[in-house]
Amino acid sequence: MPEKHTFGVHPITCHSFNADRSQVAIAPNNNEVHIYKKVGGKWEKDQVLSEHSQRVTSVDWAPESNRIVTCGTDRNAYVWVLQGSEWKPTLVILRINRAATCVRWSPKEDKFAVASGARLISVCYFNQENDWWESKHIKKPIRSTVTSLDWHANNVLLAAGSTDFKARVFSAYIKEIDPKPEATAWGKKMTFGNMMYEGGNGGWVHGVSFSESGNKLAWVSHNSAVHVVNAEQDKTVAEIKTEYLPFLACSWISETNLVVVGHDCNPLLFTNDGQENIAFVKKLDGASGAGKQSETKSAMNMFKDMDKRGTTDTSGTKQDTVHQNAITEISIYAGTKGKAIKYCTSGVDGNLVIWTV
Amino acid sequence: MAKSTRSTKFRKVNVDDFDENRFRDDEQTDDAVTGPDEAEVNQYLLQKKNTDALHAVLRNPPVGSKNQATKDKAYALVLRVLSSFKASEVENAVKQLDKETVDILMKYLYKGFLTPTEKSSAILLTWHEKAVSSGGLGSIVRVLTDRKSV
Repeated sequence: MPEKHTFGVHPITCHSFNADRSQVAIAPNNNEVHIYKKVGGKWEKDQVLSEHSQRVTSVDWAPESNRIVTCGTDRNAYVWVLQGSEWKPTLVILRINRAATCVRWSPKEDKFAVASGARLISVCYFNQENDWWESKHIKKPIRSTVTSLDWHANNVLLAAGSTDFKARVFSAYIKEIDPKPEATAWGKKMTFGNMMYEGGNGGWVHGVSFSESGNKLAWVSHNSAVHVVNAEQDKTVAEIKTEYLPFLACSWISETNLVVVGHDCNPLLFTNDGQENIAFVKKLDGASGAGKQSETKSAMNMFKDMDKRGTTDTSGTKQDTVHQNAITEISIYAGTKGKAIKYCTSGVDGNLVIWTV
Repeated sequence: MAKSTRSTKFRKVNVDDFDENRFRDDEQTDDAVTGPDEAEVNQYLLQKKNTDALHAVLRNPPVGSKNQATKDKAYALVLRVLSSFKASEVENAVKQLDKETVDILMKYLYKGFLTPTEKSSAILLTWHEKAVSSGGLGSIVRVLTDRKSV
């Protein structure tokens, strides 16, 4: 049974849990970030972080170092550190002249990447001498807004999806802080900003996800398609064009299984065996009498509706899925991307739902 | 103060063309793809082999072509084939098409919706209903998102 948590009427733009899942940071579609603490099974608002002047577009909570990074349409990013019981922000100069769309900590949490509408990715690392965060830009050959990011397990490679219809893998190797990376299936040369892979042929790329090993990259695009490229198999792309509405995010839950979420308000499961096939497995919100209330459809009500609203459709306006509106983000709640036990989705309906695999 | 010039030539210039950051599609004009084979389709229609005509006409859609005439000719041919089916046969015909072909059919249908005529609308709508039950909403989304139109 999926656990549903409601956080008000506003859409949840993005969410991020802390390491032990006792707290969650939520951006309720405005310039604030709300921190909720779990008290006896229910979520209670703990703090409101309001430093951004415009809408917050992305939040990421680093599990080990317990720092939160947020970014927004005000072209800024802030790193929040817990001092005592309060979160204190530090401004990061991204040097972008358009909105920031997505931010992700690297696996080692020593740097983070910010995707932006300025057609570039800003990779930020902490400069010890000057005691502030510095940024380096990945620009070529991105031709439009970067919408989504995902780090490879080796802390150097970064996948980026963009509205120029391409998903790419870049090297975000910072020589000041990274040791020389070993060659991976994506290539040997990893100078900063080097594009290791580029793929995609239709529709804005909304979400990208590396598998746990990092050898597979999945992305979902606006033409209702799911793609998987396997670096170990000569970078052949497996593609499936689906009959559903476009997807907005995706995440691997094992080395072969992928969950995608989007405008259909229903998480879908796909499987890829590493070769050229992606197959749809099932809708993960199958049963759901959970969403639909049993309205006693008496004949009286039906005629009443026909009279008042001129409709014979007695199903009402409730969706029969748990989420009542598009799902915008998916994260692993328990387990890892290689073996997930639970995953969490948040959406435009203001709900956060935790699903068991 | 600067004297205002009477010249209004600037109003004829499309400033967006000169924006260096402007996104340009990969310009591959695929003039080799000249649309469905008219002779073949006509033959099938004469022999009353409607389903074969359908498969033939939905092959080689002129998506990459910049030639408007080719595209108009292709569409006219498609419309002829679609009209040759009886309303009850449409469902079976659509069932026999594979996913890619359903997407191509959708593209033609929406192209037809752009310039409706008296007779075409009803036919297009019948086909649209069956195509949606086969390709789902995703096939409609792909018509809208594909940069290359038929």
